[in-house]
Amino acid sequence: MELLLDTRLIFGRYMRQLMRNKIALTFGVLQPLLYLGFFGPLLTRMPGSGALYDGQSVWQGFVPGMLVMLGLFGSAFAGFGIIGELRLGVVERMRVTPASRLALLMGRIGTDVVRIEMQAVLLLLAAFGFGLRAPVFGILISLGILGLITGCIASLSYAIALFAREENSFAPLLNAVLLPLVLLSGILLPMSLAPGWLNALAHMSPFLYVVNGLRDAFVGDYGSSAMLVGLFVTFVFTAVSLTVGALTFRRENA
Amino acid sequence: MIESSQLTRKFSTKQGTVEAVRGVDFEVAEGETVGFLGANGAGKTTTLRMLTTLLGPSSGTATVAGHDLRDEPIEVRKRIGYVAQAGGTDPQTSVREELALQARLYRVPASEVPERVRRVSHQLDLYDLLDREAGALSGGQRRRLDIALGLIHRPPLVFLDEPTSGLDPQARSALWEHIRRLRDELGTTIFLTTHYLDEADALCDRLLIIDQGRIVTEGSPEELKNRVAGDLITIELQSGELVDRAKALLGSREDVRELATVGSTLRLTVERGEQAVLDMLRVLDGAELQPIAINLARPSLDQVFLAFTGRSLHDDPGATT
Repeated sequence: MELLLDTRLIFGRYMRQLMRNKIALTFGVLQPLLYLGFFGPLLTRMPGSGALYDGQSVWQGFVPGMLVMLGLFGSAFAGFGIIGELRLGVVERMRVTPASRLALLMGRIGTDVVRIEMQAVLLLLAAFGFGLRAPVFGILISLGILGLITGCIASLSYAIALFAREENSFAPLLNAVLLPLVLLSGILLPMSLAPGWLNALAHMSPFLYVVNGLRDAFVGDYGSSAMLVGLFVTFVFTAVSLTVGALTFRRENA
Repeated sequence: MIESSQLTRKFSTKQGTVEAVRGVDFEVAEGETVGFLGANGAGKTTTLRMLTTLLGPSSGTATVAGHDLRDEPIEVRKRIGYVAQAGGTDPQTSVREELALQARLYRVPASEVPERVRRVSHQLDLYDLLDREAGALSGGQRRRLDIALGLIHRPPLVFLDEPTSGLDPQARSALWEHIRRLRDELGTTIFLTTHYLDEADALCDRLLIIDQGRIVTEGSPEELKNRVAGDLITIELQSGELVDRAKALLGSREDVRELATVGSTLRLTVERGEQAVLDMLRVLDGAELQPIAINLARPSLDQVFLAFTGRSLHDDPGATT
């Protein structure tokens, strides 16, 4: 009960901060929007693009990847916020109160999830403008999965930031992880195009399964094996990341 | 309020293990203002962070506000306020919002929060600044906000880490006044760290001098000064001849530790100068010796610090621990 109350308090604090910072809110969605506007149209006019995403329209195949990219990049940098707060003393000030330390993490993650969902809606609206058509239920499932993976990445980002403790070591670490992850997850083009070794490598990225699952959701194929595997990977990844985050926040000297 | 028993803390660094705190034992009674005086890196902040449950001790135990640090950290947190050296406010958040959130985190019922915020902001002269962003406050105002955040739940025990570090002289003396009122009007027990001797002298009932992770001595500022060096009495007379007579009269007293003449001035180092000076005046008067001027000087805490740690507080070795 106290965990819920504290989480709500911390969530409220960071939501108010988010709403004060509308520029960051808008700019966060810029990268996937640019891909959508400046890269998506190329895909639609590529020779043989009709078969690119295995029976889906180009937009049905491309937009799920953009959603995952939004979730990845949008929340991976969440840790920067907590490094700033470490320096300001905000983290210690909250840790010395009787508030649940898990709530200090969950409240922050909650804000990150809401932010990404708002940006995702913006992205989807733009995609509809470009010609995306997808079933409402599929989109709702996708937003749900997006929320979970956003929470995962944010949780890991906060945990890593608390270990790194300064921007200079945190930023290179992020870049080293994010770019290969994006390339290996079939976010831009499906990994079915990849040669065998690359495809094998790609199967090590949890987001490959997530993207494949979302692509099936976008055509309404909710019972497909890709969909079920995608959901399974999302749940496992969520459990693992939240545990790592929670343990880090409860560590004595975090 | 605090009983610390052999608290130690080690840190492992690339250079090897650093023993930041090497076994500190002390007690703080209810209502006392106790100061931890030490140079940067002496172990003050590390000890404070252990006592406030932010850092686990490597060994040793402590009871803080009636609860064991290791077994019941939540109970300890409920009963203490902690004001870190870094403060703890977000520059874009208003004073009111910061105070209200802190009250809620300390489980103050939502309905009582506005009243709490009003009270504590009056107490620390922040009432007119409630709607200002923390980042727009002056150094002294922001420090008062930090302290208000530590007091919002009316804790019986407050830890202040370097409360006036980096403030200008006016802001410092204003803050001292607030800290004194906290003790005098609310009976709050205050445990503070400082590396300013004047601050230790002005605020603390008792001082613990910490050096290289150990408490080297403790006592009230007065006791410590008396222990190290006596008070200095300077008596100026009309001529060197009269000084010699005065020297003969006063030199044999038991409380005189040292005695020297400089021209027509007699300098005596004595214990308990206030009593001695009156007595000496009476003796001189009886011998019909009329001093031109008489002066009593107390030793400074700097001398005390030097005597116990072998170094002056003014040559800082650098990084804070």
